[in-house]
Amino acid sequence: MSYILVFAPLFGFVITILFGKLLGDRLSQILTSSLVLISSLISFYFFYGFVFNNYQPFNHLIFNWVTSEELVLNWSIYIDQLTSIMLVIINFISLLVHIYSIEYMNHDNSKPRFMAYLSLFTFAMIMLVSADNFLQLFFGWEGVGLASYLLIGFWYNKDSANKAAIKAFIVNRVGDFGLAIGIFLIYKYFGSLNYNDVFENINSISNYKINILNINGNLLSFITFFLFIGAMGKSAQIFLHTWLPDAMEGPTPVSALIHAATMVTAGIFLVVRCSPLFENSAMILNIITIVGASTAFYAATVALVQNDIKRVIAYSTCSQLGYMFVATGLGAYHIAIFHLFTHAFFKALLFLGAGSVIHSLSDEQDMRKMGGLWKKIPFTYIFMIIGTLAITGFPFLSGYYSKDAIIEATYYSQNKYAGYAIFTCVITAILTSVYSWRLIIKTFHGSFQNSNLNFNNIKDSGLFIFVPLFILALGALFSGVIFREIFVGQNYIDYWKNSIYFSKTYILEHPPTWFIILTPMLTTLTIPLSIYFFLKNKKIINELKIRHEPLYKFLLNKWYFDEFYNFLLVNPIKKIGNFFWQIGDVFLIDGFGPNGFAKITRYISDQAVKFQSGYLYHYAFVMLIFLSIFLTIILI
Amino acid sequence: MNLPILSILIFLPLIGVFFLVFTKGTEEFIIKTSFKVSLITSVLTFLISIFLWINFDNSISSFQFVHEKKWIKDFINYKVGIDGISLVFILLTTLIVPICIISTINSVKFRIKEFLMSLLLIETLMLGVFCSLDLFIFFLFFEAGLIPMFIIIGIWGGEKRVYSAFKFFLYTLFGSVFMLIAIIFIFYEYGTLDVTKLLILDIDKNYQNYLWLGFFASFAVKTPMWPFHTWLPDAHVEAPTSGSVILAAILLKMAGYGFIRFSIGLFPHASIYFAPLIFTLSIIAIIYTSLIALMQQDMKKLIAYSSVAHMGFVTLGIFVFNGNGLAGSIFQMISHGIVSAALFLCVGVVYDRMHSRKILDYGGVVNKMPRFSTLFLIFILASIGLPGTSGFIGEFLILLGVFKNNYFVALIAALGVVLSACYGLWLYKRVIFGKIVNSRINELVDLNKKELLVLTFLVLLSLILGVYPNIILDTVSVSTNNIIYIFNEKTNIKMTFND
Repeated sequence: MSYILVFAPLFGFVITILFGKLLGDRLSQILTSSLVLISSLISFYFFYGFVFNNYQPFNHLIFNWVTSEELVLNWSIYIDQLTSIMLVIINFISLLVHIYSIEYMNHDNSKPRFMAYLSLFTFAMIMLVSADNFLQLFFGWEGVGLASYLLIGFWYNKDSANKAAIKAFIVNRVGDFGLAIGIFLIYKYFGSLNYNDVFENINSISNYKINILNINGNLLSFITFFLFIGAMGKSAQIFLHTWLPDAMEGPTPVSALIHAATMVTAGIFLVVRCSPLFENSAMILNIITIVGASTAFYAATVALVQNDIKRVIAYSTCSQLGYMFVATGLGAYHIAIFHLFTHAFFKALLFLGAGSVIHSLSDEQDMRKMGGLWKKIPFTYIFMIIGTLAITGFPFLSGYYSKDAIIEATYYSQNKYAGYAIFTCVITAILTSVYSWRLIIKTFHGSFQNSNLNFNNIKDSGLFIFVPLFILALGALFSGVIFREIFVGQNYIDYWKNSIYFSKTYILEHPPTWFIILTPMLTTLTIPLSIYFFLKNKKIINELKIRHEPLYKFLLNKWYFDEFYNFLLVNPIKKIGNFFWQIGDVFLIDGFGPNGFAKITRYISDQAVKFQSGYLYHYAFVMLIFLSIFLTIILI
Repeated sequence: MNLPILSILIFLPLIGVFFLVFTKGTEEFIIKTSFKVSLITSVLTFLISIFLWINFDNSISSFQFVHEKKWIKDFINYKVGIDGISLVFILLTTLIVPICIISTINSVKFRIKEFLMSLLLIETLMLGVFCSLDLFIFFLFFEAGLIPMFIIIGIWGGEKRVYSAFKFFLYTLFGSVFMLIAIIFIFYEYGTLDVTKLLILDIDKNYQNYLWLGFFASFAVKTPMWPFHTWLPDAHVEAPTSGSVILAAILLKMAGYGFIRFSIGLFPHASIYFAPLIFTLSIIAIIYTSLIALMQQDMKKLIAYSSVAHMGFVTLGIFVFNGNGLAGSIFQMISHGIVSAALFLCVGVVYDRMHSRKILDYGGVVNKMPRFSTLFLIFILASIGLPGTSGFIGEFLILLGVFKNNYFVALIAALGVVLSACYGLWLYKRVIFGKIVNSRINELVDLNKKELLVLTFLVLLSLILGVYPNIILDTVSVSTNNIIYIFNEKTNIKMTFND
């Protein structure tokens, strides 16, 4: 059964990409969607088994992949508690996105190709989470990167989309570089890349010191540091985040599936999967906490002023991923996964809702050209409200449970930087609420701002968009309340068992009441405030914009990260490339090498030609001289 | 079974050449028969190599199918035999040549018979290189391979073909002279050129460094290593498509094979002594040529420079002296043989239609050639080492091996993987994606059946090797382990002597 789970999406991909034209649009859509449906049913079955029937983790060998010296790696399907919950998220969201795309892409000319790529992505993601060794994880890791590249650049006639696709791939490659180095280090010291071999032998090398490039350090710190760089790239953490907002050039279903619910959470998954390694390296956990908290704050500030509806949500994704990293940094891996789980629902809901808006407005994404839409697209409006309430942590919705669990975890943490984490997490929660409500108000309230479209012709989307939104809304509403007990309740260890390594049992008492109600209260307070500032009295905001223009520009331009990288990396690299080519190869090597050699030869031969003048007495003279030299040598 | 099967394998293409010499008649008839003859001989050769592979016992480390004949008494023996490493290169050669012949139909317009003769001649010589167990025979095959390639570039090349051909010849000849001197010296000192005997022999430590340098001069040019690489881009740019294919896929592999068989095998101490030199040149090659590749405006030049970077990985993997690195290098060479051949074929496909290799002349090709674009993408991905393609396994094993040995080198080399993604994807974006830039793109037609067949075959090969690399790794593992074992034995014994 696990084989079907893994290979159904691959099968869908291969058939649709090869015979898409032959099958026709409708048949390819049905084929890929139903194959993913099968996969998601099976993953629900496994998940149910782990929760209620006390399933044991299992490992199916597919076949041997690489054998070289002591390195033996397999293609395999390893499913434990952690994997099973990831599989549910991946396959279920993927299924909804498949269905949603049937309507969303109805004007597109290459529907089979789109469906095929979605299935390819699903397959790669399944391979990533069901690996039993680091190399298969790496395969899935780069595989999802490829699918992301293909889908961002899906509309290949758009230059911006192509650029965004390349950027996504290359920034991810930088992260992958880190991950690869981590993997090499593991192999060098553990002699194996299988999770089991590595995690079981940690104690034997936990105090090992090594020296890389004159930096002394604990081996495990080095390993986890490099692994974390990989995680940062994939999960768009600060410094390696620049690709995610640009990735919004892709079709919206892609943003929902890949850049919100699943692929970007691979970094979290990696850290949680390697919890035995990370738990032995306090320093790196601190770094993770700081990076996570900083990203959460940074992305939230940028989201405040963006005008593209999808970019706002993209930055919000960055920010929420930051929350998850804070949780892992504190050792609260189960809470990180819980937030990952609820986030998948409400963020996919927000993205697909935004997609529904965009679809209704003939592909308009700029919020300045929207407004007053709630009357025209009431269902989408309601779903977006639910999503917003969930993400802002409105009491008793899914986001409330998971985000507050993280904030509570920061309160009780012994981590040195927990104070910083508490502070930024609370501030970010407020900012999250502000930008989320700003999005709702700018899109759905006020007056309609787009002169190119006739307001009366705007229609809500159809059934294929409605159903996925409805299901996701249910998830956003109830996934927190239902699964809280299982994932992060009193007996959380009953579910997770050995799939996550906890070095300490988690504190189960709750912080003081004022702290518990602080964040929900603040975020709820922002609702009327946002309505006032963004709808009733826009003057104040406009005034602020003008007064603090440098700050506004700073935020609008995303803290100038792109400009900085262009200045520091992209342009110099091009210059150096040209320099090596023109000066190194053409001038120096060719100039002094073969061309110089040829010149010298020609010069000598030119000189030599002069001897061959054709006059007999010249030859006679030369012969005479050489004869005399020859004789002298012999006689002496 | 006493058939000298290796000799049959080596000289079968030569028999094809003789048939071609005597083909006469109308032009059309000549073209048709010469294609038939050359295709049949090359496919037959391929079948023989498959037969070899089936009968090859990959559990023993000694040379197999050995065949020996006296040629000049007490001086040169004709001796051939193979181990796992030779075998995979033989398979690569016999596989690529038929593909070259098929692709010749589009890329060469005149003197087709002579062109095919050159191709078959190269095949014989390359097979000789990978089979020979006598240093002099090896040298003959190794250097003779230059001549048909020189002719291919010089006659069927582009505008600057004469310059390129001479540059190619000058460079490679320069290297050969030193190798010849080294070989002659070995003969005078040790009285034999039999490789099997020399491999057991401990060559005097005092001579090793000089002899190593002699071989290095030749191999470094042919690999090519930085800074002896500038002949390669020019040669590729001027050569016709099938010439580029054979140059990239097979000729570049001779030197890597030579490093493994002779530099490490005969001169282990010198290899250790010079390993830092190799590391330096290799990482310069990887970073420097990747950056240059990024800025190229000519597709063939870009791929040529990327070849130099890929071969940088190969030389790195060889000189870390462990099983992972060595197996990775061999795998990388096979993979590069397949992938770079395919990339040159892809450039050939669009060149035949547009008669331009300038990247600027392209854009939006996917609108007209969707099938081509898909296949081209897979080759680009294989070239940048995406897991699941053959390109990944080689680079991964090499870096794994290097990492055991030296962090710094491994870190720098791993940066090359990021750079390769940059130039590969950027090339693809500029050529394939975007809006249709000019009317000539608008007239493009997608792959014909023959092109589709060849490219699909190579795609499948690359994917199969990426998913199940043990096809090759199993074949070479005993041989590589043996090389590493002997290497360690020799260097350890010497060390105890010194102490």
